[in-house]
Parts: sequence; C-alpha cells; structure tokens
Amino acid sequence: MDLNLSDEQRLLRESAERFAAGSYDADHRRKMANDPLGFSPAVWKQFAELGWLALPIAEEFGGLGGGAVEIGILMEAFGRGLVSEPYVATVVLGAALIARCGTNEQKQESLPKIADGSLKLALAHSERAARFDLARVATAADRTAQGWRLAGSKIAVLDGHAADEFIVSAHIHDHQRPSGRIGLFLVPATTPGLVVSDYPRLGGGRACNIELSDVHLPEDALLGDGHDALPAIEWAIDCAMAALGAEAVGIMQTLLDTTLEYTKIRKQFGRPLSANQVIRHRLADMAMQVDESRSMALRAALKADAAPVERARAASGAKAKIGKCARFVGEQSIQLHGGMGVTEELEVGAYFKRLVAFDTLFGGSAHHYARHAELGRKA
Amino acid sequence: MDLSFNAEERAFQSEVRGFIAKNLTEEMKRATALTPSVFSDPDIGMAWQRALHRQGWGAPGWPVEHGGPAWTPAQRWIFETESARAGVPNVNVMGVKMVGPVIIGFGSPEQKNFYLPRILSGEDYWCQGYSEPGSGSDLSSLKTRAVRDGDDYIINGTKIWTTHAHHANRMFALVRTSDGPRQQDGISFILIDMKTPGITTRPILTIGGDHEVNQVFFDDVHVPVANRVGEEGKGWTYGKYLLEFERGSGIASAKLREGLKAISDLAESDLTGRAIDSPDIAARISEVEVDIDALEMTELRVLSALQTGQNPGAVSSILKLRNSEIRQAVTRLGVDVIGHDALAVEPMRPLYKLNHEPATPEEMLTMVPEYLNGRAYTIFGGTSEIQRDIIAKTMLGI
Repeated sequence: MDLNLSDEQRLLRESAERFAAGSYDADHRRKMANDPLGFSPAVWKQFAELGWLALPIAEEFGGLGGGAVEIGILMEAFGRGLVSEPYVATVVLGAALIARCGTNEQKQESLPKIADGSLKLALAHSERAARFDLARVATAADRTAQGWRLAGSKIAVLDGHAADEFIVSAHIHDHQRPSGRIGLFLVPATTPGLVVSDYPRLGGGRACNIELSDVHLPEDALLGDGHDALPAIEWAIDCAMAALGAEAVGIMQTLLDTTLEYTKIRKQFGRPLSANQVIRHRLADMAMQVDESRSMALRAALKADAAPVERARAASGAKAKIGKCARFVGEQSIQLHGGMGVTEELEVGAYFKRLVAFDTLFGGSAHHYARHAELGRKA
Repeated sequence: MDLSFNAEERAFQSEVRGFIAKNLTEEMKRATALTPSVFSDPDIGMAWQRALHRQGWGAPGWPVEHGGPAWTPAQRWIFETESARAGVPNVNVMGVKMVGPVIIGFGSPEQKNFYLPRILSGEDYWCQGYSEPGSGSDLSSLKTRAVRDGDDYIINGTKIWTTHAHHANRMFALVRTSDGPRQQDGISFILIDMKTPGITTRPILTIGGDHEVNQVFFDDVHVPVANRVGEEGKGWTYGKYLLEFERGSGIASAKLREGLKAISDLAESDLTGRAIDSPDIAARISEVEVDIDALEMTELRVLSALQTGQNPGAVSSILKLRNSEIRQAVTRLGVDVIGHDALAVEPMRPLYKLNHEPATPEEMLTMVPEYLNGRAYTIFGGTSEIQRDIIAKTMLGI
C-alpha cells in the first residue's frame, strides 16, 4: 500500500504544472476560444515532444508504457491550465481502444503515429436515443463483398472536427441480421458519406455530430476480429471518466485558489470578505470537496485495470461524486466573486463551464449513482 | 502507487484475523452490534481490552517502551480495518487514546509507571473532564477551580458530557489553578480518583434513550498535587495535544462501511420489503458508499505520507468532519430503510440483554437510537462549525 508519487511521477507532475502555469495563460485561452480549430497545433507538437502523447502507449509501439495514474497527473495540470487540446479524444480514448481491440497490424499502423502527434482520433459512440446507455447502438454495420457499409448518426463526438480518423461504434449485421455484437470501425475523416457538423463545446474545445449514410469501408476497417467491443468501450469510457475527473480536480483547485485570493482582497463593509465566518466556512467546504474529488479521481485511476465491476463502480462513483463537488465548487466560486463572477471578463466563468461540461459528459451524477447502485447489486 | 498490501502486510492481516477469530466471542459481537451509543459497555469493552493486552496489542499508538506494538501506519490501518469488519467492541479510548498519550508525553516517571500499565490491562477505566455547562466549544473559558492547600488541590465546580463517568474509576480533567491574562492561561491537567469524597455524578439520558454521558459535581474534592500532569498552568497545551488525538484517530472509514453494510443488507432483505428496490434508496446507499470511498482514500493518502515519514499536512483536518457527517448520513439512511419499524421505541437498555421479544426484528433495534444519539457526532470533539474554522485556518490560511 503506497500512494506516494514515484520520482518519475513527480517529475511528470512538475513538468505538467510548469507547462500549465507558463505560456498556456489567459491570453492563450482567450485566443483559442475564438479560434476555429479551438486548440493550437504548436502545443500539440509540444505534447508530442514532451512524450505526453506517447504516455499510455506500450513501449513496443513507440510509447512510454504509462498508466491511468500518470494520465491523471497530466490531466490535473491540464485542468489547471484549462487546456483545450484533444488529448482525451486521441490518447485517453482513441489510443486505448486501438491498443485494446486492434490487431497487431492496426496497432503498428496507428499507435506510433498517435505517439508522434501525426494522428488524431475521435470516438463516435453516443447516440441521441441511447442517452447515457453505452449498450444502445442503433448505427449499423453491414457486411458487403468488399468490406463494410455503415449507416447511422452519432452525437457529442469530442474533438471530432480535429480527428484524422473516427472510431465509430456500430452493431454488426451478418447477412442483414443483427449479430448482437458491437464493432468499432476506423473511419477516415475524408470518407465519402460521412458528414461532420461541428460546434464549439461548452467550456472550451469543440465537439461534433456526425451522419453516416452509405459509408463504405474496407474489411480491415473493423478493429480486431469482430468480438463484441462493448466491454472495451465501457472500459475506455471508465478510464476517460477517471482522467476527466482528474482534470476537474485541477479546474476546481484553480477556482478555489482564485476565489480564496479574491475574498482576501475584496473589501466590503470595511473588511475583507474572508473575515466573515460564513465566507470562511463556504471556502472550507469547497476545499474539502476539492480534496474528496482528488481522492476519488486517484481511486478510479488506481482501479482502471481492476475486474470490470470493481473498475466500473470506482469510475461511476468518482464521476458522480466529482460531478456533484464540481457543481458546488464552481457555483460557489461564482457566488463569492459576486457580479463579476457572472461576466466573461473574469476566467472564473470559463473554468466553471468546463466543470458543467464535465458533469454532463458520459452521464451526470444521478446517472452514475444509479449505475453504481445497479452494479453493486450484481456484485 | 499501489492500493494493495505487500506480503508482510498480508501476513499481518492474517494474524489479526486469526486473533479476532480466536478471541471475539459471539456475545461480544452481538453486544457491540446492539449498542446504539458511541461506546461499548465496560464489561464488553474491557473484556476485549484484556484480550488485546494479552496479545501485546493493548495500545496500538503507544511507543514500544510503554507497551506499544511498534506497528507501522499500514499495520495500524489493517488492525483498525479488520477490527471494524469483525465488529469488535470499543475499548476505553479515554484511557488508551486520550490520557495515555498525555501521560506518556508530559507525565512524571511515577505517573507513567503507575497509570500506563493499568490502562493497558484494563484495570483502570477513565473518563474525560473537559466540558462544563458554560464551556462547550469555548473550552478554555472553563471555571472548575483547583485551589492549592498544602500537598492537595481542593476542587470545586462541575463537568458535563462526561462519557461513562458512572463506570469510570478515574478522570482526567482540565481545571483552573490561576487566572492569567488569557483565558487559556492558568489551566492545569489533573488526574482524579473518582472515589474521592465530594464527587457526585448525575446521569444525562441522550435522545436515543441511552445513559452514556453524565454531569459530575466537585464539592471540596481533595486531590494530591502529585496528580497534576506536567507544569501548573500549562494544562491547555496538554489538553490541546489530546484533542488532536481525539480528532485525528484517523481510521474511520472501515467502521462506516460496516455500518452501511448492515443497512444495505436490511434494504435487500424481505424484512424491509426490499427497500433497495426504491431507486431513491438505492441511489442514496450508493451516494453514502462513495462518500466512504472518498474518506477511505483520504485516510490512505495520509497513511502513505506517514509511512514514509512525511507530514500529511492540513488534509488530516478534514477527516473528523467528514467522518462525523458521513456517520450521520449512514444513520439517517438506517431510519429510512427500516420504514414502519422506525415507529417502535424500545426503552430497555442494554439492548443485548432484553428480557422480552422486541416489537421489531433485532437487527433494526439500533437504527433509530443510533440516528438520534448520532446527532452528537458533529458536536463533540469540536463542533463541525469549529472544524470548519480549523480547516479555513490550516488549509486555506484565513
């Protein structure tokens, strides 16, 4: 039992924090918010040089062989800087699914390119009718003489606008009959029949909805050998929730720090706001919730490779708890900044919006407490 | 990083399990499960203390030279966790965890030689004389006075919320020996034999129907000056040191988990008409379970820091507050899960010695009294309001 950082992990944290506190500043964020791409290719290149894109990829595919804890360390710093690069889409979800489901050739083809920054991915899984039910996929993949034909719609595809390839989930149909298996298909962004409608995402970055009509793909577009990919999707999204939870912790910590400083400086009725017990207790509650969130994000990361039910309960528990804490810390940060907190002139709002996006992504607190309870009964 | 225990620690875990299996009787277990107050009755608690002492585990936190087992933080964690899982009785924490460390830290050699072995063996049963009717959170405003008379102090005044004063043969107390410029000055830390003439005890029933706390009156009580710990007038320093122990005993999540398990077992049983089938109850159980997970992780983070000799920092100040709040959430859930059966009041105590058939199934008997008595968790040892002040000061510097 040891929860102390190793020397390597400490170095990673230091370099990530240095990055977030350096040139990735308010001016940069403002520029990115109005940028059609929503992130900086130069920063992406920097991520590649720092080895961050290679972090969770196995060494045999040009990676560093890191795990969920290292991802969490990085993500917490990204939260502090409100980083908008498509890291989760490409590395946390994309690389993980290829590593888990892909054939050796597919891994050889994609993973080194992710690591060197030349391939960006996006997972297209969510569908409107499914809400947060990961097992509900209406998009269909029919076998054809040449390979596959995909048809369906996906929503809330994180960073899809920047993706060179989409990983699209679809129900596999054998000879027009549903097989009951979900497959993951690599779909290049330039494929005919694929229509991408992207939009600016709440809290920074972009997302998109995609339509697939009569999209023809070669045989080897299917990741792996056609086993049901649902367990892998659940695993990857659980890992993404742990990573996003760590990012939320960084965001909350920045909001807490900022709000604390403000209450010390802002004077009303002749004394600083922080001289009032009602304010001090509110800040104490915020600090406590940030710390509880930190514990839960770490717990989810440490259980990323545990047995499926244990892993999923840890991920849902973390998602639910951190989501709840994030709303509280975010809303109270605005409250304690007074009228200025509601304006775009401070960055408090931008950080808050990313937290709101976090809470809703992959299902909010209520959904995940329910999932946690449901899995508990099966356990 | 690693959440699992190493081979040595797992071996220790088996040793603890073996010890508990051998020494924890069904009677002790049932009595503990049916205790709706904070502390076990002394006949139950002290039987366990004697078993621990025979094993050399009578005082896990003490240094080796005074009979501590020299456990690592991880071993303490394992011991506390296994004890909670098995449902062992509470021992006399006022002795082992409170006055013991103060005597070790500040007592004279004579005091150490006399008192420490008697705490370990369970021969002495201690109560704590801190709060007074006029001094709750503002403890240092206390008025009980000790006036020097030759080799004695003569004590007059009153103490309140004195847990198990009606069982204890000794009390450690904060008393005023002089008036300093600050109200914290002039307080001394005194050890009192409860059989001394002039001491009377009045029971106070808590809202769950339990007699656990008391008011104690001192009427010209003569106590030898030799019973003072440390210097005269420095008692506040020693008392605060002790409060740190009271707050930071540090390992609470395992007990909370067992409490929640008892409730979720009931929720899944026909006794409650399967309360768990209500999505609201199921989600609330999960919510509390997740809060316990978070507390456990925070405890483990503190433990990891201690294990490598680092200072865990201000984060430990949130443990008491979260523990008390979650405990209340657990007991609240207990009342809601048992439904109709929450209406039945069982006034007899102790519950494990009932001589009639209760109106509700036995496993429900403690739910309402635990909820009611449990309101005290956010009050004793520094109210939650005081805890938030401390967190604001230590974690945030305001």
